[in-house]
Amino acid sequence: MTVYHALLELADDHLVLGHRLSEWCGHAPMLEEDLAMPNMALDLIGTARTLYDRAAALEGKGRSEDDMAYLRDERAYRNCLLVERPNEDFAHTVLRQLYFAAFMHPYWIAAQDSTDGVVRGVAGKAVKEMAYHIRHAGEWVIRLGDGTEESAARMRDAVEALSIYVDELFDSSPAAREAEAAGVLPVRADLRTQWDKTIADIFGEAALTLPEAPYPQRGGREGLHGEGLGHLLAEMQSVYRAHPGAQW
Amino acid sequence: MTQSMPLWEVFIRPRNGLAHKHAGSLHAADEVMALQAARDVYTRRGEGNSVWVVPSAAITASDPDQAGENFEPTGDKIYRHPTFYEIPEEVGNM
Repeated sequence: MTVYHALLELADDHLVLGHRLSEWCGHAPMLEEDLAMPNMALDLIGTARTLYDRAAALEGKGRSEDDMAYLRDERAYRNCLLVERPNEDFAHTVLRQLYFAAFMHPYWIAAQDSTDGVVRGVAGKAVKEMAYHIRHAGEWVIRLGDGTEESAARMRDAVEALSIYVDELFDSSPAAREAEAAGVLPVRADLRTQWDKTIADIFGEAALTLPEAPYPQRGGREGLHGEGLGHLLAEMQSVYRAHPGAQW
Repeated sequence: MTQSMPLWEVFIRPRNGLAHKHAGSLHAADEVMALQAARDVYTRRGEGNSVWVVPSAAITASDPDQAGENFEPTGDKIYRHPTFYEIPEEVGNM
């Protein structure tokens, strides 16, 4: 376990969530969101690219960012389970985004003091992007949660469905612990207080309550994923696998 | 949709010191969502550093049928343009 694996976890989180958001492109409920979703997707994929590039350099086997994204199978992916959850409806999508951004925003703030120059560079850019993702997703959560009977019911369903994936965000894998000890990445567990506060503020306005999650789901960091990730990767990787070495 | 998502007009200022210019319109539930949508739809290529949104219903527009009486009378008043006047040499650059 090395810093390389820890950067891969982080990059996988961003690529998988970015791909999920990109699935709304052309299908969003309104034109405005049809642009907003890919905007956020591109923020995440941009971060993933830099992290893959850095991870590949640390690995030192001459792999490219495309090799990392397109030539690893499901078991080799180390993303947390939250980011691979399917889009379902708009309530699920914006809540998943809020949960992730509320974690990544304090993460990148702390990572601005990283001992790794590339991580510091990513952090400086990503901290602004995550602030916007919290705002955009948060305003939707408030309006859907405190909206019509239908939107409130869907928002409550999303909270019920996604809250079991929250605890895994704050677990540090052996690889992450090594990167944390080296001062490359922030300690995940330290971010819980800030996450709780961000969510409590928004849920207060959204008339939502965060349920207890007595049986949180884990396993993403060991490569144990839900069924959905295989389908996601099959679609995302199909072109590159059919045309190995393709450039775009 | 137009009831729950009214129309908004978007104005963007490209740089400090310039005026906000009309960029287009969009649908949003309220002013907060309208600003976010404006940012997402109209500032994707670095178009500006400030955004205004105004409810389209708040804009009072001139009547196209009155265009003649509104705008044509200025057509023959060329003395209103600064280029109409000859500046004497002695004045130099203005």
